[in-house]
Amino acid sequence: MAVPLPSLPSPAPATGADARHPELITFERLSLWYGTAQALKDITFGIRERLVTAFIGPSGCGKSTLLRCLNRLNDLIDSVRLAGTVRLAGQDIYAPEVDVIELRRRVGMVFQRSNPFPKSIYENIAYALRLQGIKRRSELDEVVEKSLRAAALWDEVKDRLHASALGLSGGQQQRLCIARAIAIQPDILLMDEPASALDPIATAKIEDLILDLKRDYTIVIVTHNMQQAARISDYTAFFYLGELIEYDTTAHIFTNPSHKQTEDYVTGRFG
Amino acid sequence: MSVHFDQSLDALKQQLITMVSKAARAVDRAVKALLERDDDLARQVIADDTELDELEVAVDELGVNLLSKAPLASDLRLITAAMKFAQNLERVGDEATTIARRAIELGREPQLKPYVDLPRMAQLALAMLHDALDAFIRRDSARAREIVLRDKEVDALNKQLHRELASYMVEKPSTISRCLNLMVISKALERIADHASNLAEEVVYLYEGRDVRHQLKKHTPPPPPPEAGA
Repeated sequence: MAVPLPSLPSPAPATGADARHPELITFERLSLWYGTAQALKDITFGIRERLVTAFIGPSGCGKSTLLRCLNRLNDLIDSVRLAGTVRLAGQDIYAPEVDVIELRRRVGMVFQRSNPFPKSIYENIAYALRLQGIKRRSELDEVVEKSLRAAALWDEVKDRLHASALGLSGGQQQRLCIARAIAIQPDILLMDEPASALDPIATAKIEDLILDLKRDYTIVIVTHNMQQAARISDYTAFFYLGELIEYDTTAHIFTNPSHKQTEDYVTGRFG
Repeated sequence: MSVHFDQSLDALKQQLITMVSKAARAVDRAVKALLERDDDLARQVIADDTELDELEVAVDELGVNLLSKAPLASDLRLITAAMKFAQNLERVGDEATTIARRAIELGREPQLKPYVDLPRMAQLALAMLHDALDAFIRRDSARAREIVLRDKEVDALNKQLHRELASYMVEKPSTISRCLNLMVISKALERIADHASNLAEEVVYLYEGRDVRHQLKKHTPPPPPPEAGA
């Protein structure tokens, strides 16, 4: 019997940045293996609510794997074994009673390649809402508009909501995927290199959008673009070979990192 | 970053080293022109100042070019520090020019008195400049911190000299123009020590990642008043 996850704790009194942004997600001694290969090693840290946290590190460092632990996408791979705990608002998300579908509703995800459904712009958003049991046209219309506005896409598509989503540009498709992700009102948005296939203008729009969205959502982004991490994130975690090397405010990581490995990586002198 | 980027960073460091040595030489020669009443040397100092101006522009140009490649961490600190370095050194050059101009004016009248404090100030300020360069090259932030504290000694000498020259002017109004020129020179040397102190603070930022501006000097008592004599 699936037990719903607890609702978010009420916001702490605003006595400082940490109090305003309590830890929403915590990793406690998390390790993960693909078969015999260990991809994550004893990861312990917390991600703060309504801030942007960037995961950086060279390919194969475990950052995407860790991201996928947050919505249990790794469950889909047979050989994966996991030790340690991942908590969302205090609840162990790998506990047997957790409803994975409900977890994924609360933890939305946007991928590197935009992946709209081969349907209309409207239906891309309305589809998940219908699955949730929302049938009334007026309500669907309202959420579609609200989501498209939140994703800064409304003005560009309002006159062609029923045209195919595949006719949108790459950047617009990615914003549509973000609109689709936030339509079901998640608490957390995971983004796996959401702008790596986009030109600088479309990238700037996605980055602006991320900065707007963090008022309402906790955002975790994987990026290979150091400058992007510097521009949009509040905290940055640097991973190497499955280990968390350094986790600190982004300003600290990019101006004066504490670990030599971080310094070498962010200055491009790695290896 | 690429090999090309590293080569550009090396070029930037090299330009700074050239600037420090040129700035220090300008100060040294300006003070020498004053002490030896050598107008030709003073004019040479004034003419040579354009070299420092051009170097400042070159450092900024290279710095902006490197910043456009979006460097991070110690690279970022090196470039921002280098641009401030260059600005401070260009100003040191300007102060040397001021000293040279005033030396020429002073050369038109008999020397007011033997110079004692001014060479001392120049020596202290130049040592600070050289040591800041040394701390930069040797990546020695502890040494840089110590340089910042030495600035107070030059400040005290400047104040002391101002008081002394003020009393000269009261007692003997015919010395006023010479005293004013000496005051300007004293102030210029005091400013040179300030710039050297700024350089040292940038060295601390560069190697420790900590901004120590306006902090180091606050926590140390001023040195005892120096002996009299301009």
